[in-house]
Amino acid sequence: MNAVSRPCPERELLLHGLADGELDAANALAMEEHLRSCSGCAATYSGIIRQRQLFKNGGLRLDASLALRGRIRAAIAAEEEPLPESVRGQRTNPRSSWFPRAGIAFSAMALAASLLLFVSSQNPAPSLDEELVAGHVRSLLASHLTDVVSSDQHTVKPWFLGKLDFAPPVVDLSKKDFPLIGGRLDYIGGRVVAAIVYKRRGHVINLFVWPAGKLQAVPETAEGYHLLSWTQGGFSYAAVSDLNPEELRDFRRAFEESLA
Amino acid sequence: MAKKPENAAEFEGRSPAHRKAVFEALVLVHLNSAYTLARYLTRRGDIAEDLVQEAFLRAYRSFDESRSTNARAWLLTIVRNCFFTWKAGGREDLPQREPSEAGTSFERGGGEVEVDETPESILIRHEEDRTTRALIEKLPHPFREVLVLRDIEEMSYREIADITGVPMGTVMSRLARARKMFAAAWEGSQTKSPKEMLR
Repeated sequence: MNAVSRPCPERELLLHGLADGELDAANALAMEEHLRSCSGCAATYSGIIRQRQLFKNGGLRLDASLALRGRIRAAIAAEEEPLPESVRGQRTNPRSSWFPRAGIAFSAMALAASLLLFVSSQNPAPSLDEELVAGHVRSLLASHLTDVVSSDQHTVKPWFLGKLDFAPPVVDLSKKDFPLIGGRLDYIGGRVVAAIVYKRRGHVINLFVWPAGKLQAVPETAEGYHLLSWTQGGFSYAAVSDLNPEELRDFRRAFEESLA
Repeated sequence: MAKKPENAAEFEGRSPAHRKAVFEALVLVHLNSAYTLARYLTRRGDIAEDLVQEAFLRAYRSFDESRSTNARAWLLTIVRNCFFTWKAGGREDLPQREPSEAGTSFERGGGEVEVDETPESILIRHEEDRTTRALIEKLPHPFREVLVLRDIEEMSYREIADITGVPMGTVMSRLARARKMFAAAWEGSQTKSPKEMLR
């Protein structure tokens, strides 16, 4: 590292600005011009670019666990909802209960508190219908209706493979006037589920699918949306839409018949 | 997929499910950014999770749709405040964990595996990522933070200035210094590699 290849001190921050796309056109042009004649600045600049590449390959961003996502969603739901009497007594002050856990770790008090936290983080989970409606609304809001866009069941079905620990049935219902729009993953009831998207006359139908287990009863309407749930062939289904209940039942019938 | 106007109209006045859904669409989508920042700031996966959860609760309590313009920067500001709250409150009491244990949350994430990658190239890349993460973690706080926000989260200078509450000029000089520190550490870790990252 000799003195000849050092950057001009007064241009050092500008080199970073150039690499970060933060310079205005005139300054960027002047710096690019300068780089052609100054080996010190050019070497520093390419060093910055190399480091940016190293950081850019994606492995440095970290994914939060699904468990954390679930905990946060449950905590948010608990903010809004009055707790059932049976749970109320067990809860510590909800405004301050989460965080101090880290600071007083391993004391007996913390142990007791964390047991309470465990209980309180499990109980006030949102009900299934709220989660389904939230999933439906979210799909409409975030321009995130589908992760895979295709009206072809043979495209949508394989897309789920490897992303789920089950293979949801995907059927073509266009002959019944419920065209397939695509599919995506969603997070309902503490697990990743398939959301298969159909339409009728511009109304979106989200069909959530997961392996049949403890099926909770779902009301037919929630937050103004219509819900329909059923179990068939080892899967639980829940259809959510603003479509009228009659047509939603037609949808279920069409879906069931195509699998039969 | 165009949003349907009739649905947009229906969203109005739907609460609290509506508020939750909007919050999830605008803020919860930045969970990985929040976790990434928290993880690098605290250097601990478990603390980072607590911190992020607290940050989202705080965010939700003060959330309204005026926050939607730059929800990510707003959320990261809250994460950072939570970090300082945690730091101020008895972090010295924390038992030091084995690095391998603290590092497990790194392993959970990871990018998508490219199809044309060989097991060897994946291994090399993961090794490189591990080294890079460890080197970032060794940087002092202000430099670590600016590097994460700029070079991992790709925030603009302006956003970083807003999040960290310092002037843009300070952001720029910290960033330049952070990159120099990182490059020196990287060089030290790659003694067999002759090329310099930065000087």
